[in-house]
Amino acid sequence: MKKTYKLVDLDCANCAAKMEKAINDIEGVKAANISFMAQKLTIDAVDELFEDILKQAAKVCKKIEPDCKIKI
Amino acid sequence: MSRFQKTLIRILFGGVVFAIALLAPLTKNWELAVFLIAYLVIGGDVLIGAIRNIVRGQIFDENFLMSIATIGAFAVGEYPEGVAVMLFYQIGEAFQNYAVNRSRKSIATLMDIRPDYANVKRAGELIKVDPEEVEIGEVIVIKPGERIPLDGIVIEGNSSIDTSALTGESVPREAFVDSDVLSGCININGVLTVRTTKEFGESTVAKILDLVENASSKKAKAENFITKFAKYYTPVVVITAALLAVIPPLVIKDAIFSDWGYRALIFLVISCPCALVISIPLGFFGGIGGASKNGILIKGSNYLEALASTEIVVFDKTGTLTKGTFRVTKVEAMGLSNESLIEIAAFAENYSNHPISLSLKQAYNKEIDSERIGEVDEIPGFGVKTIVDGKIVYAGNTKLMDKIGVNYSKDEISGTVVHVAIDDEYMGYIVISDEIKEDSIEAIKRLKAGNISKTVMLTGDNKAVGEKVAKQLGIDEVYTELLPNDKVDKIEELLLRKSPKGQLVFVGDGINDAPVLTRADIGIAMGGLGSDAAIEAADIVIMNDEPSKIATAINISKKTQKIVKQNIVFALGVKAIVLLLGAIGIANMWAAVFADVGVSVIAILNSMRALRTKGL
Repeated sequence: MKKTYKLVDLDCANCAAKMEKAINDIEGVKAANISFMAQKLTIDAVDELFEDILKQAAKVCKKIEPDCKIKI
Repeated sequence: MSRFQKTLIRILFGGVVFAIALLAPLTKNWELAVFLIAYLVIGGDVLIGAIRNIVRGQIFDENFLMSIATIGAFAVGEYPEGVAVMLFYQIGEAFQNYAVNRSRKSIATLMDIRPDYANVKRAGELIKVDPEEVEIGEVIVIKPGERIPLDGIVIEGNSSIDTSALTGESVPREAFVDSDVLSGCININGVLTVRTTKEFGESTVAKILDLVENASSKKAKAENFITKFAKYYTPVVVITAALLAVIPPLVIKDAIFSDWGYRALIFLVISCPCALVISIPLGFFGGIGGASKNGILIKGSNYLEALASTEIVVFDKTGTLTKGTFRVTKVEAMGLSNESLIEIAAFAENYSNHPISLSLKQAYNKEIDSERIGEVDEIPGFGVKTIVDGKIVYAGNTKLMDKIGVNYSKDEISGTVVHVAIDDEYMGYIVISDEIKEDSIEAIKRLKAGNISKTVMLTGDNKAVGEKVAKQLGIDEVYTELLPNDKVDKIEELLLRKSPKGQLVFVGDGINDAPVLTRADIGIAMGGLGSDAAIEAADIVIMNDEPSKIATAINISKKTQKIVKQNIVFALGVKAIVLLLGAIGIANMWAAVFADVGVSVIAILNSMRALRTKGL
């Protein structure tokens, strides 16, 4: 399953790159991509784990840039 | 009040306190206190951010490095410097965010082609709904000035349609009953009633938006380089800073720790690669945005980057350089009028659906009375033998004339020739050819002016036709009478002949040449408006059918490339110089702040130029 989410208040390009890497490292993620310009996060992951992956991704974002939220 | 304004006011307030500390005659302790207040007002959030991130295990983060650097300045007794560095860092950051947001917005408005609503007819009433809720086959109404929300066929009304958002073309297209209309275009004057043929997710506008927004996921080499570079840069600079603070005071006699400590702090200020991390993707994004404004869709930053080193451009002929519509271009009748010759030929070819027959019928342009046509005998590879008005009419190529033993005109003719004979008597010939697009000559000229080393044309047509078109256009090499498979082979051959770094671009109409588009380094499909196949197969899609857009795309690519290179050289250059000067004790922290945020802002502003594509 591949889904795109809007990222709110993503201000730092370097953080976006770090988040992208961290989300890619979550188990079950096939590919994750953050477009800093479009302020969008695209996750391609296995269906069964998707909910869980999304929760972890939100945690990752919060850890790297506390202001940034994933809009679901 | 926006976040930007709030930050500015806070910084301004801190700045005033800072000025008091600098100017007011205060005792030593009071001075320190006022400087500290200014520092906390200005950089409090940075300190908080730093602490929060350390707790979460994020070291080498910008906030942390800035905090260390400024606290360090206080520690070595440079109070004004500590505050000033924080002040300028914050101002720089605020402007950097502002610039990035503005660029993002201006690119976003460029691609603002998403329709907000659709007027759908349900149970006799017109209701406004989200385009996503409209199903295939429903009837929608588009009023003047509205954006067409879904692809469909006009069932009532006529109007002019502004396609510039998709094609970059300013001349409106006409729409009338039975014409296809595409989502994303704007209806200018009449009311159109349209039956939808696609869901929103599958419609042209959704596909284009999806394509452009995802373009940044295919990263250019320059972007990958920066990502890799950023990974090593910060740790290396921070470690060097630590060594710089510790080793010289131990090794060199008379070295003062605070002096070397200060130099190390300079390193920390410059240790963020932000200028590059932001400005490089922004440059590519701007280039892609600027191109889409011109009706050129680029599917990834990597293609935009590669396009700058185009060496060979290979064109398909029909539909790319020529219009792909066959037309009667010459009639040479003998012993009867030209009109009669066309009439006879049109009758003879009436039952065929071959493009040649269609163009004959089009040239005749009158109702064909099938009562007048008798027995039809198609002779594959030769032509037809048809009874018209009781006479035997032969229409076909020279082989057919030879076969029936008729002497025919031996004129040098390029194009497809239909010879006509009635009852074994030669009547003349009709030439049918494809027309060259008005824009094609210009396209080749512009490519050559842009230092493309070779232009090549591939065609399935015969040698005479192919060579004539190539000569008219000024194309360097031409390969004719190719079957679709041969085209792939030719591309392979040409790929071997280019230099290792040069790129081979293939331009086709995307209909029959998917394998060739994929095999070339960069595949460009022409006339992508409304053609799903073209959008799927190509790396770059030109929405209208002007081949000169290829030169435009290459120019945009070159400009983007130049901006990206400028930014890399400028940012790395300034950082390297300040690091060096800092290490030997010449540069101060002010220079370091400039090398960090000042360079970022300048690089971002430079990247924004990629968006401007006028005159390219």
